[in-house]
Amino acid sequence: MSLMPKALLLIATLALAACNNPDRYGAGGAGAGGAGGAGGAGGFIDTNGLGDPSDPRSIAYFNQSVGDRVLFAVDQSTLSGEARGTLAGQAQWLNTNPGYAAIIEGHADEQGTREYNLALGARRAAAVQDYLISQGVAANRMRTISYGKERPLEVCSEEACYNKNRRAVTVLSAGAGV
Amino acid sequence: MKQIVRTFIPILALGLALGLTHSPALAQNGPLRIVIDQGVIEPLPVAVPAFVDEGGAGDYAANISSVVIADLVGTGLFREIGPDAFISNVSSFDAPVAYEDWKAINAQALITGAVSVAGDRITVKFRAHDVFSGAPIEGAALQFAGTTQGWRRMAHKVADVVYSKITGEGGYFDSRVVYVSEQGPKNAREKRLAVMDYDGANVQYLTDSASIVIAPRFSPTGDRILYTSYESGFPRITLMDVGSLERRSLDEQPGTMTFAPRFSPDGGTVVFSLERGGNTDIYALATNSGQLTQLTNAPSIETAPSFSPDGSQIVFESDRSGTPQLYIMSSGGGEAQRISSGAGRYGTPVWSPRGDLIAFTKQNAGRFHIGVLRTDGSEERLLTASFLDEGPSWAPNGRVLMFMRETSGAGGQSSLWSVDISGRNLKQIPTDGAASDPAWSPLLP
Repeated sequence: MSLMPKALLLIATLALAACNNPDRYGAGGAGAGGAGGAGGAGGFIDTNGLGDPSDPRSIAYFNQSVGDRVLFAVDQSTLSGEARGTLAGQAQWLNTNPGYAAIIEGHADEQGTREYNLALGARRAAAVQDYLISQGVAANRMRTISYGKERPLEVCSEEACYNKNRRAVTVLSAGAGV
Repeated sequence: MKQIVRTFIPILALGLALGLTHSPALAQNGPLRIVIDQGVIEPLPVAVPAFVDEGGAGDYAANISSVVIADLVGTGLFREIGPDAFISNVSSFDAPVAYEDWKAINAQALITGAVSVAGDRITVKFRAHDVFSGAPIEGAALQFAGTTQGWRRMAHKVADVVYSKITGEGGYFDSRVVYVSEQGPKNAREKRLAVMDYDGANVQYLTDSASIVIAPRFSPTGDRILYTSYESGFPRITLMDVGSLERRSLDEQPGTMTFAPRFSPDGGTVVFSLERGGNTDIYALATNSGQLTQLTNAPSIETAPSFSPDGSQIVFESDRSGTPQLYIMSSGGGEAQRISSGAGRYGTPVWSPRGDLIAFTKQNAGRFHIGVLRTDGSEERLLTASFLDEGPSWAPNGRVLMFMRETSGAGGQSSLWSVDISGRNLKQIPTDGAASDPAWSPLLP
């Protein structure tokens, strides 16, 4: 994929967090088009809300430095060691910043049927949620959603894209619960 | 719509079996008949001269005969003998047909018709003829009356009768297809529900594209549509009334996701997938009482349920074996029998309205296929192959499947295709832009 400016990703992320309707704007930074859609349709964009990426309490810091997403193998929802490391950091951040809630989005690549991928994305989101709970994050601060193959981040039809699309993204929003 | 069966010579005239079309000597050996099960067939030559204007018909007369011929030729089972070849014209519906003139140009079937219009009322009558036996085909002469707005439906009804008489199968032209109209790039695709005639005409949009919509399905009577919508922010089954476009969420269970809905044949039950805590199982909801019944209970993914036409069984997709495969269980739940056994991954099973076959999506060696197998899992046949073919839906007569095909890569686009159950006549359905997730209605009343 053409590398989308990170800022756009973040705007898209925030846009959906702000309106709490992850569908409309491309699901956790799912694409530049999502951000464009937000601009066209919404008025929800609030770039200030992301905060300063150098401020460890900001959403921008969480997204960029902690890492807002983990990746999965084909058809799998098992967390890799790398994923667990990222999620441990997410849990620590969430435990330090109780004023944020999270929607965890599960995604699949385009290999597989729509229905199966919806279920698979839900498995992935739940795996992340379960891990965060095991690390002390209160369950009532999180919700899961699956987009199946509806919102790929990368658009090529090769493994180089597929492995970035098989993901679960932790999307923060201000507020203690979801 | 009123139908008047006209009286004709009551004895069915004899004609040609289709496989023998090049042997006029055998013309007296059987009724004009196409057998769809045959592997390779020669399309039956048919002539449909412009219908006769019996008063005020204007363009309707020619338009209706055009749709009739398009329906028939579109099946791949008929071949048009065009007007350039005609020796005689049909200028009066009730005048004797000069069968010799049609025989001379090798038109084996001839359809004559007449149209009259008064105000917004239109009357269409037609008669199908077995040219080589020199007589009308019994039961293939009807009259339809309705509004001019429904002229295409009348043409489809004419073609349905002709198709039905000659193939012995039910018709499917007078039907609609609900689907998802798509716009925009892969990573920001906008989707909205749309409905069209089976041939792509008369498109109507049912939702806007503010929320993702997935996999619509008609009710058995065609008046309601089930689909999955992200309107609430989370995937949820929605029920829409086709007439009023009113819609409501079918089942509100906080913290769960519901999708893959389908009606039971009597319309009283909806089966679907419900996801809770990452695990997806199949549930049944009684639409009147609201009673929810869990039909599967396993840590694996169970989804894409579809009833048998008698309502007694459900075919579904599960990865309990490690990969997605097809299973059949009683409609009350309980133990399931695996029916898919070939290499690859199987999904989206759909039971034929005739009960004999199950259509599915198969993924194997980097390709997708639409296929059919018998309900005991035998005689699997793959009908298509491409980068991504998915989600077959049966025509009302169980002889044709419509599905979505998506091209690969960054510019990947979805489109609708149909194929008959022998794998012949693969063709794209014209749509206004990209389209996915087609679902066929029952035959309209």
